[in-house]
Amino acid sequence: MATDQEEKKELWRWLESRWTNSDIDWKKGKIITAGIDIGSVSTQCVVMVDGELYCYGNLRSGSSSGDSASRGANFALDGTGMTVKDWHYCIGTGYGRVNVPMAKRAITEIACHGRGANWMYGPQVRTILDMGGQDCKVIRIDERGKLTNFAMNDKCAAGAGRGMEVFADFIGISINEVGDRSFDIDEEPKPVSSTCVIFAKSEAGGLLREGWAVNKVLAAYCSAMAHRVWELMMRVGLEPEVGITGGIAKNRGVVERIEKELGMKFSPKVWHNSEYQKHNIPFDTQIAGAVGAALFAKAAVEKGKG
Amino acid sequence: MLANWGYQDGSGSYFITIDTDKCNGCRKCVDPCPQGVLEVGEDPADPLREEPVAFVSESKRKKLRFSCSPCKKYLTAEGGSAASRTSPEILAREMRNLPCVAACDRGAITHSW
Amino acid sequence: MISAGIDIGGKDVKVLLLKNGQILAREKASGGFDQTAVVNELLAMAVKNAGIKKEDIEKTGVTGSGKKYAPPHDEEITEIGAAVKGATFLIPSAKTVIDSGAEDSRGVKCEGGVVKDFATNDKCAAGAGAFTEAMARALEVSLEDFGKIALQSTKTQPINAQCAVFAESEVVSLINSKVAKEDIAKAVNDALAERVVAMVKRIGVEKDVVVIGGLARNPGYIQGIKEGLKTDIVVPDYPEFVAALGAALAAREKR
Repeated sequence: MATDQEEKKELWRWLESRWTNSDIDWKKGKIITAGIDIGSVSTQCVVMVDGELYCYGNLRSGSSSGDSASRGANFALDGTGMTVKDWHYCIGTGYGRVNVPMAKRAITEIACHGRGANWMYGPQVRTILDMGGQDCKVIRIDERGKLTNFAMNDKCAAGAGRGMEVFADFIGISINEVGDRSFDIDEEPKPVSSTCVIFAKSEAGGLLREGWAVNKVLAAYCSAMAHRVWELMMRVGLEPEVGITGGIAKNRGVVERIEKELGMKFSPKVWHNSEYQKHNIPFDTQIAGAVGAALFAKAAVEKGKG
Repeated sequence: MLANWGYQDGSGSYFITIDTDKCNGCRKCVDPCPQGVLEVGEDPADPLREEPVAFVSESKRKKLRFSCSPCKKYLTAEGGSAASRTSPEILAREMRNLPCVAACDRGAITHSW
Repeated sequence: MISAGIDIGGKDVKVLLLKNGQILAREKASGGFDQTAVVNELLAMAVKNAGIKKEDIEKTGVTGSGKKYAPPHDEEITEIGAAVKGATFLIPSAKTVIDSGAEDSRGVKCEGGVVKDFATNDKCAAGAGAFTEAMARALEVSLEDFGKIALQSTKTQPINAQCAVFAESEVVSLINSKVAKEDIAKAVNDALAERVVAMVKRIGVEKDVVVIGGLARNPGYIQGIKEGLKTDIVVPDYPEFVAALGAALAAREKR
């Protein structure tokens, strides 16, 4: 397997990426399934051929879910010669799941994330933390990826990626830099006391005026966000190992502070499938939901619903 | 499976937990709720479950603090997290008296506040 | 005796001068970066407009979330106490006081000026004026107009988001879908009023219901409160100064 056709495009602070496995001849595949995860901020499309990862795309969501679904599919399939019509079964998931025109069914992202993370990380992962643009979920699964406990918070921006976007914007820092800069400080500050990102902005303004360095203010906010996530994790309870999915995995400013509060590290981002690991297939934490959806699709075909 | 429906924000954490292993979809919890918070139907979190299950209605999940507060007269004056101002004994006892919790004879429903 | 009441709120500072039950002056300004300086400026203006000297103020009372920024004073009173004192002074039959400001809201059950129970919405911008402020910005209308245009709405348009940040994105997409500004404004005011009404219902609603605080100046919000409570309400003149009045009354009572 070759990691070719890996393109990245920087768009408004988010990296869009796609990958295709050029070693697989999809025309010889028996079961071709797809999962499309439409989030409020980003959309992923994953295509599997006989249960093997064939291609995927991760891009910024558009203003309509149907549009995001089509763009996501086209982006993932670009250059493969495959079209949506070649799919035997497609499942939509995520916030916009009911508006995926090419999907036969919609399945909640909680179930899809559980299944997808289990497949990507392996059966040793029993707790999953996922934070996307507008929500944060903690999911516990058994060794097969079946849900045993979950909680999702999509009410409050402070506990989701959007809160971090708003804060980074206010401070004037690109979101990709937040993690590293938050550790470029002399001493770890106390977390900001405001639990609402709107109030935290005023609090941050006050701290900057008092002479706090930007990096220190970032650290204080990351610390507050980490604690909020920790509270949600405590509600569900933790069973090691803990895997992380979603955009948050790309922000070490929050992730490493959660690890400190938990007193344990998240599972390394290593494919359960050692072949994938050997061939350096990029382990994109944001595709877990779409992977789970594609797997549910395969199960549906095998049960004769295709 | 323990399904925790609700949210947390600056003012606190508000979750109703349904133990779907205990729930048999009997519907006894639906009518006693004066706010229509609970629904019974296809499991929104488990695509493979065949029998119906109780869950918090999607339109109510992010407003639980407000929809449930009329039943929670035992909560002492709010300001920050309401539950922290009520003694744990009163909290535990009164939670059992909530109409939804009392209606379920399998003890599948609990409130976090 | 002349007493002064200072209310340092989440957004604005309010100062009021009271002499033997008569209000001599009211001044208000944005707290900005230095609330203490703003308080002193407002006191100077109030004293000038009242035609008195600073030394004539015998007692000063302070309230508000920013009370720690107040200059030296004689009495401190909680926002709940100030709301009840001020509202009861103006409307002696007050039994429910609803105080909504920029950063928090509170509902207080009282009788004869004595607090009997209370509930608050704080720490979340969706429960207070910060919510309408963010939406007014998204709609590109002033805060004053925002309340007024809501009254012209003809269609119900629900807002699903329960967070000021998420609601702002939702409002932007509603604007892009060509939903009328009046309908959006009404939806925003109704959503906020719904949260405040739910909070007040927990302590029980008994007439007379008095609504005070900066948000009471928003007619769209007031209409939402009336519709939600299904009862008549009283909004005193200068509703945003009622807490400062309560602080001035508390200072006057202090021996």
